[in-house]
Amino acid sequence: MDEQYKATVDTQAPVMEPGYTFGTVTEKISAIVLTRPASNGWFVGFGIAFLLMMMMLYAIGYLFLKGVGIWGVTIPIGWGFAIVNFVWWIGIGHAGTLISAILLLLRQSWRNSINRFAEAMTLFAVACAGIFPGIHVGRPWLAYWLFPYPSTMGVWPQFRSPLIWDVFAVSTYATISALFWFIGLIPDMATLRDRATNPVARIVYGMLSMGWRGSARHWHRYETAYLLLAGLATPLVLSVHTVVSFDFAVGIVPGWHTTIFPPYFVAGAIYSGFAMVLMLAIPIRKIYNLEDFITELHLQNAAKVMLATGLIVAYGYGIEAFMGWYSGDRYDAFTIWNRLHGPYAVPYWSLLICNIFIPQLLWIKKMRTSPVALFLLSGVILVGMWLERFIIVVVSLHRDFLTSSWGMYYPTRWDWMTYIGTIGMFLAAMFLFLRLLPAISIFEMRTLLPEAEVKE
Amino acid sequence: MKRGPVYGIMAEFDSAQALVDAAKRTHQAGYQKIDAYSPFPIEGLAEEIGFYRDEVPLVVLIGGIVGGLTGYLMQYWMSAVDYPLNIGGKPYHSWPSFIVITFEMTILFAGISAVFGMLALNGLPMPYHPVFNVPRFSSASKDRFFLIVFSSDPKYDPAATRGFLQDLKPRSISEVPS
Repeated sequence: MDEQYKATVDTQAPVMEPGYTFGTVTEKISAIVLTRPASNGWFVGFGIAFLLMMMMLYAIGYLFLKGVGIWGVTIPIGWGFAIVNFVWWIGIGHAGTLISAILLLLRQSWRNSINRFAEAMTLFAVACAGIFPGIHVGRPWLAYWLFPYPSTMGVWPQFRSPLIWDVFAVSTYATISALFWFIGLIPDMATLRDRATNPVARIVYGMLSMGWRGSARHWHRYETAYLLLAGLATPLVLSVHTVVSFDFAVGIVPGWHTTIFPPYFVAGAIYSGFAMVLMLAIPIRKIYNLEDFITELHLQNAAKVMLATGLIVAYGYGIEAFMGWYSGDRYDAFTIWNRLHGPYAVPYWSLLICNIFIPQLLWIKKMRTSPVALFLLSGVILVGMWLERFIIVVVSLHRDFLTSSWGMYYPTRWDWMTYIGTIGMFLAAMFLFLRLLPAISIFEMRTLLPEAEVKE
Repeated sequence: MKRGPVYGIMAEFDSAQALVDAAKRTHQAGYQKIDAYSPFPIEGLAEEIGFYRDEVPLVVLIGGIVGGLTGYLMQYWMSAVDYPLNIGGKPYHSWPSFIVITFEMTILFAGISAVFGMLALNGLPMPYHPVFNVPRFSSASKDRFFLIVFSSDPKYDPAATRGFLQDLKPRSISEVPS
């Protein structure tokens, strides 16, 4: 660790409370998976999440039976909840990659306590996101047409369209996130293999560990691969939401056709992603007594990232409004007016309150160090970011160039059931993850201990 | 203990520092075929046991180049050669539109090469390995540090090597059956 960095840390809360050894760190994290019995609270939480997931499957089953007519999408609003939720979930995933890859390159060692479950969050969020474009295509059983495969029809995808770019960006992102997560788990799987007393668990963890034995040669190649993967994931994560924003920005719809979209989408993605990290980290550290590993420093740093990205998002809103006026384009100007005073003014003002005004409380140190306040604030930001995507998708589409083609969008209960169901799926996966895999990277926590430092 | 030839002699240490020092002395003493095991990556340890050739970056570079070429040529061939489609009057070979997928394919191939290249170069997955026969070795994934001299080392001699390792003040010494 950098001496200079250490000095700045020492004045604040530590990355890890002192007094731990390699053994106690290992025992504490692996005990959650290996010895701790599942509590009633876990079963209740998992049960509720699982039921919500079943509700989603029911809603999707009915959709396959009846078609997209059961949703609120109509012309002119052909992109309803499905695209809103897709962008929202993909954005949430971004914080996981930012924590695991970008903070690794920046040598921010505090990431070691939160990268594992943040990466899990990324994977599950991308899984939730991936559902929506698939079921939105109208004939979901033909969704594989999105991929270039040699078909009997002889045609290929249309590579000049951002929608096909998105297919590649999101599937690459899902693959690389899964690989990054898996490679990080290998040494910890070896730890669980050696600690597990249950023979089935030992065999399963043993297979997942790939026979890892911690050889110095292996560690050397491992670290090289991990670092290179971080270097590859860094431009990737920035590109994914950029490409998502191209889905809009390349179109000529007023409110979509702007160059501010890529940076402002990426900032918004990290904003909502850190809010989700906090919403998960705060209960996890409390319930599993991990306050020594996920300290006040982590909460504060996440809060600062949210404050910074929130301000970038606010700048994006400001530029949108400014360009609406400065461009002199009557349709652009009308889009801004319509957001502020049109039929969807309530969601737009709620968005401004949730994403810009309330998060300014993060300037106050007391807010940044209070877990309860941060938890509530993160919830507000997640709602705000969902509203942002709703405004971008729905409000831009519902009134475009011709008044004769104006319309309104009203989500149906099937829209809501699918959306809330994906939250259930996300949480159900998270509950299982906490019980089956180490939620904190054990080997990376060992490297934070002073005993891990070696003099030449 | 199982019968058969010995795989090597293994010494157990308490700290990362002790392992690095021991590895350095063993390597300096002329032992070539040695390995060190630790519960987390230790900077410089691989160099101490004489490991310098890390081919992972080369694998990733090749993977990335192959991925980028695949991505671009795929789009070119599909859009301009195999089934040219006129989309909004744009040229068949609209290279600026092909950049995004070229980039994504570069990252995809390079990332897959990094993970599977690392595993392949490490000879993983390998569910069985002689070192696992040492009962104390299960601590190598927790808080203990191990150094092994393989019996294939030209300088290996059961008694002398054991004596040499004993001088390094390890916590314990075990013979690894193969």
